[in-house]
Amino acid sequence: MNALGTVAVGVLGVLLGILAGYWLPPHGRLAARNRPRPVRRILLPFTGQAISRRAFEAAVRLAKAENAIIMPAFLARVPMNLPIETALPVQCAGGMPLLEAIEQSLTSQGVPVDSRVGRGRSARDALRKLLQQEHFDRIIVSADEDQRGGLGYDDLRWLLARVPAEILILRPAPEDTRRISVEAVRGHF
Amino acid sequence: MDASAGQPRGRLKVFLGMAAGAGKTYRMLLEGHAELQAGRDVAVGLLETHGRAETARLAEGLPAVSRRSVRYRGTVLEEMDLPAILSRAPELCLIDELAHTNAPGTEHRKRYEDVEDVLAAGIDVLSTLNVQHLESLNDHITELSGVRVRETIPDAILGRADEVVLIDLTPEALLERLRAGRIYPLERIDAALNNFFRIENLAALREVALRQVAEEVGAKRLTTELVGSREESLAADAPQAVGERLMALVEPYPRAQRLVRRAWRSAQRLGAELDLLWVKAPGQELSDDEQRSLSALRQLASVLGARLLEEESDDLAAAVVDVACRRGTTYILLGHSRPAHGLARLRLPLPQRLMQSLPGVDVRIVADRTRRPNGDRP
Repeated sequence: MNALGTVAVGVLGVLLGILAGYWLPPHGRLAARNRPRPVRRILLPFTGQAISRRAFEAAVRLAKAENAIIMPAFLARVPMNLPIETALPVQCAGGMPLLEAIEQSLTSQGVPVDSRVGRGRSARDALRKLLQQEHFDRIIVSADEDQRGGLGYDDLRWLLARVPAEILILRPAPEDTRRISVEAVRGHF
Repeated sequence: MDASAGQPRGRLKVFLGMAAGAGKTYRMLLEGHAELQAGRDVAVGLLETHGRAETARLAEGLPAVSRRSVRYRGTVLEEMDLPAILSRAPELCLIDELAHTNAPGTEHRKRYEDVEDVLAAGIDVLSTLNVQHLESLNDHITELSGVRVRETIPDAILGRADEVVLIDLTPEALLERLRAGRIYPLERIDAALNNFFRIENLAALREVALRQVAEEVGAKRLTTELVGSREESLAADAPQAVGERLMALVEPYPRAQRLVRRAWRSAQRLGAELDLLWVKAPGQELSDDEQRSLSALRQLASVLGARLLEEESDDLAAAVVDVACRRGTTYILLGHSRPAHGLARLRLPLPQRLMQSLPGVDVRIVADRTRRPNGDRP
């Protein structure tokens, strides 16, 4: 083979390499494909415009330890005088940015997230409907009688008595003033 | 020009208010008197005084077309007499409460349909409407006020009005009127104050009414600017949308929820309707995870008051273009596309194809803020 032939074979090889690189899927996708899929589902319900950071951090720790997916759920309440399927834009104006803030934080920590919205006549009713539709392995709630974002004590009793899932209730602590609120959303929302 | 009748269509002027008692009917009657004095042939087609003496007094001196009696399930109901109005054929007709539902047995189910006939006969119409009767605002106002308004009219009716006049009043002044017994009889005042006529309701309704009229003004101004220009034909071909209509392209994956929330916030800011569109491949089977995601998307759409549309097509761009034209979409939002591979790399990316096929429609790619580097943890 003369020099020209060698150069031609070399150029052909380079071209084939470029083409192969171009047609094959990117490396990141292969890596993502090989990553183990989360199996456990942790529900993190809330009702207001802020949730306890302790509850949130507990959910993150457990999700990382158990390779679980966190499912934050905004529970919207439909007044009795309105049809149950009614749209709730005013409540969503508070709940949606908080869902966004939670998702942003979880994703930045590498925790898989899949949000839900529940709707019912009360927070408990919304939660009951959600639990009827889907299976969750664990539910994390903050005992929060002031209803700023958690569930009341009656709701927690009901949860313990009726729901067949592992339930983690975090005791409200006086020093637990740190909360994740809608102000945490990065960028305009 | 109404081609079928061969005569110019009448002009429609609507007095829009935030609630009963704002003074819409009163203002309509004042204008009726002014037109009468100016020498026009004016007739009251339908007036609802709701027992308000002030309103009834103002109606004196205006010629009126008598109501007709309609028998329905053993009850005699008084309704507007459309045939009599058309036969009387005044130059200007005053027809109160545009959103009213007629008794069965009349020509049309809704009063705005009667008004369409009157306009088509070349008669000008003055009418009244409360903002909560507009179809697109119904859910929003229901949640604000806790009262579901059953009588609604399509927004397009208001959009077609030649003039919309906002009858504005502060909530405090309206409550003052209510307490003074100028809106409802004394026995109904307490109930009204405890239900619909709360200051926060009225303030919210006032804001909605002001925004609605501002949008009407904007739409009319744009139309006026286009008349006579070379864009006129383009405007005539464009879908007739009232305000903005957003469409977000979704797939049954968890990340779609973020896109929906962002699209909803944009729709809220623009006071626009929101559609969600999922284009699935023909015969596509969904996995359990996808089924769950789709169900969650449906629930989210319902709570937000958005509409989830499902189309079957193997050409995503063509399906989106088709739906956008049908729905009068003005704004399309989409997330990051998956990296193309194989022959798909040679095709024009979806956003560019949409921009080419839908001139005049904004296309926005929604950023994934969770991937932004150096972001602070909340």
